[in-house]
Parts: sequence; C-alpha cells; structure tokens
Amino acid sequence: MEIEKKLIKKASLEKLFEKLQAKGNKIFAPVSKDGKTEFQYNPSYAEVTYDHIQTTQSLKNTVFPKIENLIRFKTDRSGVEVTEVDLTQVQSLVLWGVHPCDAAGFNALKSIFMWDYKDEYFNSRLQKIAVIGLSCHKSDDNCFCTSVGLNPGGTQGCDILLTKLSSGDFLAEIITEKGKAIVTEASELFETAPSETKEGNLAQVNQQFSHEKVTKNLAGAFEHPFWVENSLRCIGCGACAFVCPACACFDIQDETKGKNGKRLRCWDSCGFGLFTIHTSGHNPREVQSQRWRQRILHKFSYMPERNESLGCIGCGRCSRACPVDMNILEQLVSLEKL
Amino acid sequence: MESIRKKAKELLDSKQVQVIIGYENGTSNKVRAAFITDPTQVDRLIYDERCTQNLAVYLVKHEVKHLGKMGIVATIPVMRTINMLISEEQVKPENVVVLGIGEDGKLLDFPDLTVMESFLQKAKIEITAKDKEAMEKLKKMTTQEKFDYWSNALETCFKCYACRSSCPLCYCTRCAVECNQPQWIPVQANKNGNYEWHMLRAMHLAGRCVSCGDCGRACPLDIPVHLLTMHMAEESKRLFGVDSGFSMKMESVLSNYKLDDKDNFIQ
Amino acid sequence: MEVEKITEEAPEVKTFRLKFKNPEDAEKFEFKAGQFGEYSVMGEGESTFCIASAPTRKGYIECTFRKAGRVTGALANLEEGETIGFRGPYGNVFPIDEWKGKNLLYIAGGIALPPMRCVIWNTLDLRENYKDITIIYGARSVEDLVYKNELKEWEERPDVKLVTTVDPGGQTPDWKGEIGFVPTVLEKVAPSSKDTIAIVCGPPIMIKYTFPVLEKLGFTDETIYTTLENRMKCGFGKCGRCNVGKYFVCKDGPVFTLKQLKELPDEY
Ligand SMILES: Cc1cc2nc3c(=O)[nH]c(=O)nc-3n(C[C@H](O)[C@H](O)[C@H](O)COP(=O)(O)OP(=O)(O)OC[C@H]3O[C@@H](n4cnc5c(N)ncnc54)[C@H](O)[C@@H]3O)c2cc1C
Ligand code: SF4
Ligand code: SF4
Ligand code: SF4
Ligand code: SF4
Ligand code: FES
Repeated sequence: MEIEKKLIKKASLEKLFEKLQAKGNKIFAPVSKDGKTEFQYNPSYAEVTYDHIQTTQSLKNTVFPKIENLIRFKTDRSGVEVTEVDLTQVQSLVLWGVHPCDAAGFNALKSIFMWDYKDEYFNSRLQKIAVIGLSCHKSDDNCFCTSVGLNPGGTQGCDILLTKLSSGDFLAEIITEKGKAIVTEASELFETAPSETKEGNLAQVNQQFSHEKVTKNLAGAFEHPFWVENSLRCIGCGACAFVCPACACFDIQDETKGKNGKRLRCWDSCGFGLFTIHTSGHNPREVQSQRWRQRILHKFSYMPERNESLGCIGCGRCSRACPVDMNILEQLVSLEKL
Repeated sequence: MESIRKKAKELLDSKQVQVIIGYENGTSNKVRAAFITDPTQVDRLIYDERCTQNLAVYLVKHEVKHLGKMGIVATIPVMRTINMLISEEQVKPENVVVLGIGEDGKLLDFPDLTVMESFLQKAKIEITAKDKEAMEKLKKMTTQEKFDYWSNALETCFKCYACRSSCPLCYCTRCAVECNQPQWIPVQANKNGNYEWHMLRAMHLAGRCVSCGDCGRACPLDIPVHLLTMHMAEESKRLFGVDSGFSMKMESVLSNYKLDDKDNFIQ
Repeated sequence: MEVEKITEEAPEVKTFRLKFKNPEDAEKFEFKAGQFGEYSVMGEGESTFCIASAPTRKGYIECTFRKAGRVTGALANLEEGETIGFRGPYGNVFPIDEWKGKNLLYIAGGIALPPMRCVIWNTLDLRENYKDITIIYGARSVEDLVYKNELKEWEERPDVKLVTTVDPGGQTPDWKGEIGFVPTVLEKVAPSSKDTIAIVCGPPIMIKYTFPVLEKLGFTDETIYTTLENRMKCGFGKCGRCNVGKYFVCKDGPVFTLKQLKELPDEY
C-alpha cells in the first residue's frame, strides 16, 4: 500500500483517541509520572504525553507478556485433563504514541517467534495490535536508531505514524490497511496533508557506528579479551533484557493451586548466572563475560545471520536501565573499531 | 581525588594489590565502577557525591577476584559490607586493602583492617534524608495500609533481580528463588510471586543489610525495595542491639542461639 | 501419553514405555533416530529426553531417564497407567541413510546409552544396510549398566559385536566383561576406521578422552558423530537457552559431527 498523508489537528487527535476508546478499544499509551514515562492501559487523554524521550519499559509485554499462560491443567485421581488456551479470545489493542524504534521492535520479536516454528501465542497477539506511531522530536545520548538502520521518523511497524508539526498539529502517514481502516472510520477528523514536511520536525540522531561492520567484526571476536575487559562491572541482572523490546528469552514454569494448574512462559535473561546451567552443575556460560558476550553476539551476530534481523533497535533502554552503566552504544562503537 | 589516585598508584606500583576497584566517569554524566590494574591508569579514578554504588559487590565476583589482590575505594557502607563479608567468610581479610573514604569525602589511611574496624565503631551511620522521610511515612501507616502500599509497589516488579545482583550481601550462587525442590518462591513475576520474593529477600538480609540503598537505586522500575531491608536493619538493631558490619566478627542475628537469650520462646 | 510400562534399569534410572492416548496422535506421530522430546508432569514442569526407542518400532515410544531434579524426580514417582505430557519430536537426526554400506561403531558411557539405543535398534532393524556393527558400552559399575536385557540380546546376536566394560572397582565377582574406562577399552579393541562411522555419546569427560583415541585409530572428523546436551526449555529455537554460538542445539542439533563441533565456539 502506498503511504497516504493527511493532517490531523491537535484537537482532532484528542477526538480520535476518544472515539477509539468509545468504540471499546483498549488503548495503551505513554503517561509520565514522577519523572518516569511508562505505557499505561486506558489512560485519559489528558494524561498522555507526547514529549517523552523513551519509556522505561518496552512494549513487548503486549505481544510477549511477562507471564503467558500456555495451557491449563487439572490433576486428580482419574488422571490429568489439559485444556488449551483459547487464543481467539485475545483482545485487540491500540498502541498509541509508539516511537519508530519501538514499532520496528515488533519485527525483531517476529523474527524470533515466527522463525521456523510459528509461535501462535505471539502471533495471535501481534495480529490484534494496531500501532499508532509518533515520530521522535527529542532524543538523548543513549538513542542510536540511525546506527541500526532505523530513524526518528521511520514508518516500519506502524499502521499510522504521527509527526508533530511546528503548529502543534500532526502529520498523519497512513501506512497499512489497518491504519486506513482507523482513518476511514474517523474521516471527519482528517484533513488534506499540509505542505510542511516530516523531516524538519524530527530529532537529530547521528549515526555512530555501522552495524554491518560490527556484525563483521563479531564473527571473529568470540575469544577476544574485549569481553572480560568490558564486562567486569556487569552484575548479571536481567534489567537490560527485561526492558529490551527485542529480547525474547523465556523460561517455562508450572503453577498449581490445589488440583488446578497452569503452564506459564515467563521472561528470562541470558545475563542470569543460572540461565544455562545443567542439573549436573555443568554450566556452559560460567562467568559474566561469557553472558555479556552472548547478549551482544545474539543481537548483532547470531540474529542477523539466523533470523535476518538485528536484535536491537537502538532505543537505549538497556543503557538507561543498567544499574552499573553498561552502555551498549559505547560498547558497539568500540566493537566497530575492534 | 588526588589522594585516592596517589594511594592507588602506590599500591599498584608496590604490587601490594593487583587491582584497584574504584569509580570513574561513565556515560551520560553517570559514574561507574573502574577496575584499574595498570598504575598509569590511576587518573581515571574519581570520587564525588555521585559515587554511591556499593563496590563491595565486586569482591566476591569470580572474574574480579581472578585479577589478584584487590584494593577497594570504600565509603562507610562499603566498609561495613567488607566487615560483613569477612564475618561471613566470603572475603579473606588478607586479600583486600581498603582505601577508606570518610564522611567528609577525604581518604582515610588504614594500614590494616583492624584500624578500619575501630574507625567504623565510632562512625555515624546515615541514610539519606529522602529515605529517612520515606521510612517515617511507612512507620506511621497501619498494618493494612502498609500491606496495601507494598502490594501495589511490588506488583510492577518484573523480577529482573537487579536489586539482588547489586547487593553485595546477596552473594548466593543459587538463591532461594532458584531452588526448585521444593519450589519455595514462584518463579513468575505476578502479585504473589513478587510479594513472596521480596519478603524472603528482606528476611534473608535481616541483621545483615548495611543500609547502603543500592538495591533500591538499582531497580529500573524505581521500586523502593531498599526500604524493606533498611527496616529490617532498624529492627535488628532494636531487638538485638547490633548494627551490621561493625566488626569483622559479626554473628548472624537470626541464626545464632545464645544461652542467655533475652527471649525464651526457643527454649 | 500413558505410561504403559516401567522398567527399572539401574539405581535411579527408569525406562518408560509411552503410548499415545489418542490413536490419531499415534497415527500422525513420526520421528527419526536422534530426536528428542519434552516430557512433563503437570505441576512440576518439563524435561528434555531423547526418544530411546527406534522409529522402526511403531505404536509406542520409550524414554530412559535418570532421577536428577524436580521433573525427573516427579516422573520417577509415577506408576504404570498414569499420564504424562509429551511434545516433540524436536532436533535433527542421525543420517543413517548416509551410513548405508558402512561399518558402525557405537561408543557409549553411562546414561548416554539411551540416546544411542534408538539409533542402534534403528540400524539393527535395517541390518542388511550396514556392514559390521560394534557397540562399546561402559558404566561406572555393573549395577549402573542400563538395558541389561538388551545387552544380553546384543551379546547373543552373531551380527553384533558387543563389548561392555565397567570402571575399575565397579566389577562384581562374576563380571565377564572388560574392566577399564571406555577410551582405554576402545584402544584395546582397536576397531578399524576403514569405512566406519563412529558414534560417541557419554559424559563430557569420556567424550574428551575418546576423541583422541578415535583420531589415533584413523577416524576423520567427518566420520565421528556425537550429541550435545545443552539446557533446553522450548525445543524449537525460541527460548534462547541452548545456543552454542549461532547454532541451536535443539534445532541444529543435538547430533553433531566432530568436524562441526570443532567449528563451534567453546560454549557447551
Ligand atoms: C537433547 C537432550 C537429551 C537428553 N536426553 C536425556 C535422556 O535420554 N535421559 C536423561 O536422563 N536425561 C537426558 N537429558 C538431560 C535431562 O534433560 C535433564 O537431566 C533433566 O531435564 C533434568 O530435569 P529436572 O527437572 O529433573 O532437573 P532440574 O535440575 O530440576 O531442572 C530444571 C530444568 O532445567 C533444565 N535442565 C537441567 N539440566 C539439564 C540438562 N542437563 N540438559 C537439558 N536441560 C536441563 C530442564 O529444562 C529442566 O526442566 C537430555 C538433555 C538434552 C538437552
Ligand atoms: S539492546 Fe538496548 S538499545 Fe538495543 S533494543 Fe534492546 S534495550 Fe534497546
Ligand atoms: S540478548 Fe540474551 S536475553 Fe536477549 S534475546 Fe538474546 S539471548 Fe535472550
Ligand atoms: S548489563 Fe547491566 S542491566 Fe544488563 S545484566 Fe549487566 S548489570 Fe544487569
Ligand atoms: S530490581 Fe526492581 S524490578 Fe527488578 S527484581 Fe528488584 S524490585 Fe523487581
Ligand atoms: S531449547 Fe529453546 S532455543 Fe533451544
């Protein structure tokens, strides 16, 4: 579909939000509180922010929840009864004010969950989301979308992309059929596209490294002293992986209450010390540098090769969340020069 | 700052230590841990009010220990942690040299750890004004209010375990949350699972927590989990009369039994 | 699946014969030697074992496991007639078609015979496709040898050469097999490497000392096969747990040739 451009006035945007809500859509939009911004379910329009740089947590929860119920079971004397989860019941969801890097993040996840075996839990959720993007007009020194092939006004993964113009009104780019359907149902709110372009209203994010070069260097860097030297301070938590929109590692655990139980899929992280340990005690990744190496290699070497996608969208969340200032951008810049 | 660098260089040059664990400038106006093994690199070391990470967490890390004998830049909470780690036999006193930092931010000279011990016995323990205020507020709540407050605060926790990883006293290689026979604590990050996890952590740190506040600072979701362990620290002081980390021979308040115990429920 | 039959193989080691509850599933189910599955006890979780029965034996599958942790502990408490969960098959396979016309040398240690049993029976059932078949199997002690009945059967078959061994000190007074570690016994048996494929499964330490012996006997890296056992959860390349470099043991493995193994980063 060819991208169609329209104008939506500031006041009309509020009407669009309310119209979507009135139709019974669940909306997930960014809200700032105490200096932190997070996506929230069904906020009032007044709470929604358009000025944040990035939320602490990513949007992956919407397609890859921190706890996904895989099956239900009931055990008693007569045996075990297993019930599948009815995925047709997954609710549709409008994601509002999604930055272009995050919209592209869904593709990174898709490259894992829909690679080889197709994961229906993920896919059913993915089918049910509509992404209303918002170009970035602000960035900070942790952002590096342009170094991973994206940009602050990128349309990848969006159904509609909004860009705030100098007037305070928004340029709306309608990218997919899903986006078009939303616009058609509220056509009275959209006007002819303005002459002002998107490009003049975007954050300036300079490219800091070539990801192709990083990928190339990583191919021969498994044994490089770089990993130990640059990860001594990493304390092996899961903060970076849990805030990352492109990390997809999980654990499978059972939860029971009396006779009833569920099998759950929970977020996990390659940074945890016990992630790969065998029952015998043997651990293929015994020390933290090996785990940090896995993190970088997975995103910038293994995924490009196996999943045809980078495992990073340059949102900078991991760098902001890391308690010990393991800055991924800084490390990637060094790895380019390795 | 200069005195820290000078001391660090001296220790490295004379091969008294193989690595200095200190602070350096990081990215985005943050500071971070530095591991200096080369005496010509000591100028990377800095110290200012941003330097709050409890560096003692690295004293038990395999790859750091591997570098050799360690010198560590230590503020009062860090020194207390070192005492705790020595008491719990996680650190051998002969393997660390402490570059102490007093309340005034000046370098303290500790020829050996016993001098540090006596210093600590006189030192003031301070928690930040903000934490003090938060603790007071919590204390005024009714039990139900407290329960509601924590249930809410902990519900968002996604179990990234940054709080645990940042804590130098959470050094177990297999934490109770990872023991699965039986599974004490549910793995999943839901309301109950989170509540149980944080209560377990608070209990496990009772009488051991040195109130450095690093767990709360580490939390990417800004959950003030340090208030739980700090409260346990206050409680153990109230009940057992000890502040953790005041000597290298601390006894664990919750796992020691004394014949002259003032409570008699155990007899 | 229903646990149809339980065999106690050795201390803490059991074999389950499993039958699909739903005949349709049984009909549809197909697998090849080398593949594994995820077996589960509801409420305890899932565990990875290879399918230990041969694909040529239809109507059931078998798995042999050692009680090691939470799930295997719960499995060990089950009785005949009870139900367990199964999903699979996952992973790659032993290329038995490529081995046609060759000699086969199976070398296994301890609890690693199960993964191999599948391919052993598979090739025995298609016996005419292969030349000599030799099996060298060792365990810590006589008690720890698994599949005692089958070992006897193989011993009696004229078309199989079976050598069993136990670690020094593990023998009983009436033990007639070899005494010594697998690599040592292998050196003694010294099978020819001409036109031969060697398949090695066992604890890492055994594997480590077996490879050099095989190399000395003239085996090339392409003719030596082994299986890797990385920790797994999903079994199909998603959960991110089992990768060795860019390869997923659950998808690209568990079967690897020594040549492939040497190209992998040291992460297993
Ligand atoms: C391809 C493959 C084939 C295997 N075949 C067999 C077999 O035929 N017989 C047998 O006895 N064992 C086999 N194992 C090992 C077996 O999977 C583990 O011993 C078992 O999962 C331990 O589970 P547990 O829940 O009892 O232990 P716990 O320690 O409670 O383990 C909890 C979880 O850790 C994982 N895990 C722990 N150790 C291992 C390990 N060594 N390998 C993989 N995952 C692990 C599992 O996902 C398990 O659910 C195989 C492993 C792999 C990867
Ligand atoms: S690795 Fe870091 S910068 Fe890259 S997508 Fe994940 S959180 Fe964002
Ligand atoms: S970086 Fe680590 S946690 Fe993230 S997806 Fe890759 S392996 Fe998993
Ligand atoms: S890089 Fe930072 S956030 Fe990630 S595991 Fe290490 S300490 Fe935790
Ligand atoms: S750091 Fe925060 S989110 Fe992570 S486990 Fe601790 S309390 Fe939960
Ligand atoms: S077992 Fe999940 S990726 Fe291999």
